[in-house]
Amino acid sequence: MKQKSSWREQALSWAVPLALLAAWQASSQLGWLSSRILPEPLAVAKAFWSLTMSGELWLHLKISLWRATAGLALGGGAGLALGLFCGSFKIAETLLDTTLQMIRNIPALALIPLVILWFGIDEWSKLFLLAVGVFFPMYLNTFHGIRNIDRGLLEMARSYGLSGWPLYRDVILPGAMPSILVGVRFSLGLVWVLLIVAETISAQSGIGYMTMNAREFMQTDVVLLGILLYAFLGKAADVASRLLERRCLRWHPSYL
Amino acid sequence: MENAYLELVNKAQEPRGAELRIEALSKSYDGRTVLDSVNLDIAAGEFVAVVGRSGCGKSTLLRLIAELDQADAGEIHANNADGAKPQMRIMFQDARLLPWKRVLQNVALGLPRFSAAPGEALAKVGLQARAGDWPAVLSGGQKQRVALARALVHDPQLLLLDEPLGALDALTRIEMQQLIESLWLQRRFTAVLVTHDVQEAVALADRVILIEQGRIALDQAVSLPRPRARGLAAFARLEQTILDRLLQPLPDQPGSSNRAYA
Repeated sequence: MKQKSSWREQALSWAVPLALLAAWQASSQLGWLSSRILPEPLAVAKAFWSLTMSGELWLHLKISLWRATAGLALGGGAGLALGLFCGSFKIAETLLDTTLQMIRNIPALALIPLVILWFGIDEWSKLFLLAVGVFFPMYLNTFHGIRNIDRGLLEMARSYGLSGWPLYRDVILPGAMPSILVGVRFSLGLVWVLLIVAETISAQSGIGYMTMNAREFMQTDVVLLGILLYAFLGKAADVASRLLERRCLRWHPSYL
Repeated sequence: MENAYLELVNKAQEPRGAELRIEALSKSYDGRTVLDSVNLDIAAGEFVAVVGRSGCGKSTLLRLIAELDQADAGEIHANNADGAKPQMRIMFQDARLLPWKRVLQNVALGLPRFSAAPGEALAKVGLQARAGDWPAVLSGGQKQRVALARALVHDPQLLLLDEPLGALDALTRIEMQQLIESLWLQRRFTAVLVTHDVQEAVALADRVILIEQGRIALDQAVSLPRPRARGLAAFARLEQTILDRLLQPLPDQPGSSNRAYA
């Protein structure tokens, strides 16, 4: 019974996007909408098909995915490591936190001119930009997570003889996990935004490059395809982080 | 049920808990004296309840025994019969289970892997069936039973209880009291229970200590036979005596040695 109504609700929630798509297609075909401004949906689908067949799309997609993954691994990994370090050792916090909090105020994208001067427009410039951008959400949330572990649980664990690595593995790390995963989700959202900008400004490959290149040849269908691909990738990253949360926080009351 | 209990009382083992000697123990926080030169001897296997108004220092006393805080002055000696340092476990007012570990893993905290003891301890508190659950789905009483299993799995010679039943409903509290008493009778560890519930103290303890303004104001032996029915006249009289003493108004001057009522 409940299954049926939820199925119907699902169908209903898709009605509006589908209607919009139909209206868009119709107005393009009737000539109300110039293809210079917005190509018809069918043209976008065709562009997708032809770029897929030529292998070009996969090439750009692959390089964009690689950049996002590498940037995330570098920046996120460093943020996680330093967050754990500063959260766990008072001396590390005293030494590093003020500096990091100051650097945090520089928007990653403001570094673009400097980055181009340093690295030119090769791969490292993009990786650097992505890594700097995702470093801070990971660092801040990890640090915050460790600092906000329930004191009572720590006291209990210590009085039950836990210390060193077992204490870290059984109490501190899982206690900080919800906050760390918030950092992961922030970073995943941010990495696409940064990638779009980085690839649009200076690149010879990637979805951003493909889109900017198409703009020069007035291929609005390919431009639109690029935008949709970014949207899809962003959504996929969000879904992935939710799955990760579900897996790592199975014990959490909000997932039980 | 009643017979099984009597059997338990008769079969009760020789006490094998730790002996506790507290000498001139003092502790103050921010200049406020919480414990003022407290002396207290607790025999091996004795069940002692510590009562008092909130803020009287009873929890501080327990935290000092548990080595969670450092005393300003004085000493605590805890020894087993063979002179060794006893295994000591504490139960808190909140169960403090690790929410990311299933019930069985919580009980197994600090034990070597693949030990059978956690399962047995869980069975003793009647929660074998919940071994695979997350703590978040347990009721307050069940959580405290898991915490009790976690404390007892180490077979401590000294069990410290810091108002562990304070947050439970009346019925669950009585069940937990019976459970604690029966486990104590089986194992004869030394128990120190901090509580604000005088009835609980009289029901469980061999001795009730009343702390007032950082000092021991009353040391009352409870010689009622176990199991102790709450309805008995002797029980009620004793409870009333302690309660009356507890409710006496305090002198105006905190820390004044002029104790007209003593």
